[in-house]
Amino acid sequence: MNDFKALPDLPAPNATRGLVGWFKANLFPSPVNSVVSLIAIYFIITFLAPVVDWVLISAVWTGEGNAACAEATGACWIFIADRLPIFFYGIYPPDQYWRLDVCFILLVLSFGPQFFDKFPYKGPVAIFSLTAFPVISFFLISGGSFGLEHVPTEKWGGLSLTLLLAYVGIVAALPIGIVLALGRRSEMPVIRSFCIGFIELWRGVPLISVLFMASVMLPLFLPDGMNFDKLLRALIGITMFQSAYMAEVIRGGLQAIPSGQYEAASAMGLGYWKQMRLVILPQALKLVIPGIVNTFIALFKDTTLVLIIGLLDVLALVQAAIEDPVWKAVETEGYVFAAFCFWLFCFSMSRYSQKLERKLHTGHKR
Amino acid sequence: MTSNQSAIQMVDMNKWYGDFHVLKDINLNVAEGERIVICGPSGSGKSTMIRCINRLEEHQTGQIIVNGIELTDDLKRIDEVRKEVGMCFQHFNLFPHLTVLENCTLGPIWVRNMPKKEAEDVAMQYLERVKIPEQAGKFPGQLSGGQQQRVAIARSLCMSPKIMLFDEPTSALDPEMIKEVLDVMVELANEGMTMLCVTHEMGFAKMVADRVIFMDMGQIVEENNPHDFFDNPQNDRTKMFLSQIIGH
Repeated sequence: MNDFKALPDLPAPNATRGLVGWFKANLFPSPVNSVVSLIAIYFIITFLAPVVDWVLISAVWTGEGNAACAEATGACWIFIADRLPIFFYGIYPPDQYWRLDVCFILLVLSFGPQFFDKFPYKGPVAIFSLTAFPVISFFLISGGSFGLEHVPTEKWGGLSLTLLLAYVGIVAALPIGIVLALGRRSEMPVIRSFCIGFIELWRGVPLISVLFMASVMLPLFLPDGMNFDKLLRALIGITMFQSAYMAEVIRGGLQAIPSGQYEAASAMGLGYWKQMRLVILPQALKLVIPGIVNTFIALFKDTTLVLIIGLLDVLALVQAAIEDPVWKAVETEGYVFAAFCFWLFCFSMSRYSQKLERKLHTGHKR
Repeated sequence: MTSNQSAIQMVDMNKWYGDFHVLKDINLNVAEGERIVICGPSGSGKSTMIRCINRLEEHQTGQIIVNGIELTDDLKRIDEVRKEVGMCFQHFNLFPHLTVLENCTLGPIWVRNMPKKEAEDVAMQYLERVKIPEQAGKFPGQLSGGQQQRVAIARSLCMSPKIMLFDEPTSALDPEMIKEVLDVMVELANEGMTMLCVTHEMGFAKMVADRVIFMDMGQIVEENNPHDFFDNPQNDRTKMFLSQIIGH
């Protein structure tokens, strides 16, 4: 009888490993695929090359004033650098910029950790970002107490205003949306009709008319002398509008939960609110993460509409800067910058949601 | 083991789904510690009947008294009854977003206000009894059907119920997994738990049941001890049913 002897491990053939292997497996696995790959590469190079050239290679990165860009064939980034404070802070008093800086740092510190799995104090940080952070930010930005100079909301603007609108919209629309979605599925006719009415009303009007109503019409109906802040009105309008959308997204998740889950929770003796909080909502919300983030992203971009009621968000300020005769022919740079700002935040939200979905994945469903 | 105290009493109980009369004049008295197997063709109302006991289904007329508490619209009473009545479902209905251990501790922590540590100890004890303590950290989606059903049984037992209801606990399982679930149920029966099982496992019925109930068309057609029920059925409908499920 021969002794069994394991054969030694041999390295895989060169052609299946490393860069060459990757190219072979992904770009040139068959003649047709190779042709498609080559055509795609050709188009990418023809279209990407000028873009890269404009954005990076021929772009002007240093220098002073419009004259530095006169000869350039690429982007004039010194325009953006010059106007960056305005784009970010709006017309907030320059000597008070530090107040917005502190808020922004707090914002980054309270959301940044959610991207890292290993960070140990996620829970407390999340609670901070939803409770203490808005309060601190409000007192910091608005001032008027603690010895801080009062800055009226007319002076708030720029990317900081965009972030503020989006933050308040997101943080308020989600819980209101949940309550509306539960209400719409309630067995109590009064609550159900109220929620249906609310959702259908807000969903049926364009956001732009909601904002118009809030800024132009509402003051006409209010009694004399009673007036509240334009920004606050815009915020309420955006929140109501988005919570109606959110409610419908969440209702979709609630309907996807099998009735057996409700029955098992009931049989255990859990009351309605505990059932929802512990069993139904965690599953329903997880199911509709893509829809929720979709709504968040839409909300973030919709904040640009406040422009039409005279609030100066980042896009409005970019437009104003482009029209400023001090800088000539900088439209593209301005709009690319504005687009990049929005893309950056929307893309972060999208990445975060994907991460969350992976983390909450708990094996196959029943 | 069977005492004379009544665990469940149903008196002239009727239920309709709209115009459809599902349960007709059900009269059933279950003593504490009694093990009852309910069988019958599909659509005969067996599941609906046991689901009335913890009010997953509402009855319209007659009385249901569980552990001395009469079931009415009063939510407090319903909660009281549900605390004492455990239930296992055909499709297990484990909570897929929670681990096996969390599934088991949810009820004790949130319904019985037990401290988390204690609830976990209790849960591990019951997971050991259903012989899957090593799966405590997994999610239900990672377990086999038989394992999931055993977790579901452990989850119910963690509430230390006085009565256990089983609604076709083995019907959704592969034949090989049925035995592991039945073993757990037999053990539970031998410990004196009051049990109502809707099942077609006739071997199980013969082994543990004190009484077998046969239902058809929303009525209790026949009830007897398992020996007489299987060997000497009285009603023609019962005879036909038995010949069909045993004959194949």
